[in-house]
Amino acid sequence: MSDLHHISVRVNGALYEGDVESRLLLSDFLRETLRMTGTHVGCEHGVCGACTIMADGHSVRACLMFAVQADGLSLQTVEGLGKVSDLHPLQESFRQHHALQCGFCTPGMLMTGVDFLEKHPDATDEEIREGLSGNLCRCTGYEHIVAAVRNAAAKKKEASR
Amino acid sequence: MKPPAFQYLRPTSLSEAVDMLASAGEDAKVLAGGQSLVPMLNFRLLKPTALIDINRISELDFIHEDEAGLRIGALTRHRVTQTSPIIAKRFPVLTEAMQHVAHLAIRNRGTIGGSVSHADPAAELPLLMTLLNAKIKLTSKSGTRELSPSEFFLGALTTALEEGEILTEIELPYLPDNTCWGFEEFAQRSGDFAIVGAAVTLTINAGNCDECRIAVLGSETPIRIPDAERMLVGPSPSAEVVTAAAELASEAAEWNSDLHATAEFRKQLVRTLVARALKSALDRQRSGH
Ligand SMILES: Cc1cc2nc3c(=O)[nH]c(=O)nc-3n(C[C@H](O)[C@H](O)[C@H](O)COP(=O)(O)OP(=O)(O)OC[C@H]3O[C@@H](n4cnc5c(N)ncnc54)[C@H](O)[C@@H]3O)c2cc1C
Ligand code: FES
Ligand code: FES
Repeated sequence: MSDLHHISVRVNGALYEGDVESRLLLSDFLRETLRMTGTHVGCEHGVCGACTIMADGHSVRACLMFAVQADGLSLQTVEGLGKVSDLHPLQESFRQHHALQCGFCTPGMLMTGVDFLEKHPDATDEEIREGLSGNLCRCTGYEHIVAAVRNAAAKKKEASR
Repeated sequence: MKPPAFQYLRPTSLSEAVDMLASAGEDAKVLAGGQSLVPMLNFRLLKPTALIDINRISELDFIHEDEAGLRIGALTRHRVTQTSPIIAKRFPVLTEAMQHVAHLAIRNRGTIGGSVSHADPAAELPLLMTLLNAKIKLTSKSGTRELSPSEFFLGALTTALEEGEILTEIELPYLPDNTCWGFEEFAQRSGDFAIVGAAVTLTINAGNCDECRIAVLGSETPIRIPDAERMLVGPSPSAEVVTAAAELASEAAEWNSDLHATAEFRKQLVRTLVARALKSALDRQRSGH
């Protein structure tokens, strides 16, 4: 059954137009159609958080949306966060605090972290842990990730003063 | 591709959605936040012929303070329910329960209508509907109807929703003045589904408890426990009464047994959590919150 839909979606500022099958997951659209493999895929049922991206300013699981649902939306993936030469402050904080080892969970952690800090600029450690609770990391033991987010929050506050 | 093929339809009004659902037949499904439905599709546990995506029906996305109750549109996202100042003022117990529902990114998509329709026995929102005597409103091509939680929740993942019906809104009748509340849950990790949850309200005027509600999650559907509720009604409930009511609650149902917890463990949790919820409600009342 070919059920094709024309979509027009902004990804990190660039407009993409094309036809997608109904059942194409947004995560597969990003990785396979657009060849943007920064968004990782772990469990494909919402549990691991590796595929987290921003859609119209809110973090979402790319594996739990269909590409056709992104029609008209503006998406941000880890590729849109910063460049190696110009890291996003949260990426810089991850680097400084050794908040990654294999890096598999990192894109999802970063996108969740960005949304979380936007919504909770004054977060306590407990709130940071709760905020990241939907993202699994098999390497770090989380301590350094929490430290990185805490530090990025402090930096952000300093900068806005 | 992971999910099975389906036809995708995106109505922009309720009447259009109801028409599409009627003509799409019995294997069509409503797609709301997709946070429960899409995992099931990715596992191929379901094979719907069509998905009716209601995400662009803005008339289903609202919170209205009416005369007799608060009306919440089916498409209200968990994040909005969790952070709504109106809900925090009218139903702080719902605000508290929302802190336990899933994680940030899931709450950004998941909807109240989806959670209630999905009727997961471990989900918080069906429990809160049961506590708050919600009126669950359904619309189909042949009209509308309104069900109570006990009429709506029929079993695990089973509701009274019929073919062609859409849940459109929840109405929560306001609580009487001087009502205090308690909410307790046990889950394995932050944001996990609850193993057991207990939610209570007590309406206390001049030291006398006029009304008590006790709702528990841990069996096939969330339940109220009228026998335990009656024990609390009367002059200032004592610690002994709280303990006895919690004991009675733990005997009130056949608790689920699954790989997360045995029925025996759930029974102990019901006793502990009902007692804690009642105690925290009474503490709130004493401290004037
Ligand atoms: C990792 C993870 C953790 C989670 N943890 C929790 C948790 O701790 N507590 C909790 O309560 N939930 C949890 N959830 C589930 C989450 O709350 C879902 O959002 C919710 O259960 C379903 O809402 P939805 O809007 O996503 O519905 P969908 O997934 O879109 O739909 C669910 C079902 O309801 C039907 N449906 C949806 N809307 C309507 C409607 N308006 N009328 C008729 N039928 C409708 C659909 O056809 C489908 O059968 C979790 C989910 C994930 C992925
Ligand atoms: S791949 Fe989407 S949450 Fe795991
Ligand atoms: S760094 Fe390896 S999974 Fe998190």
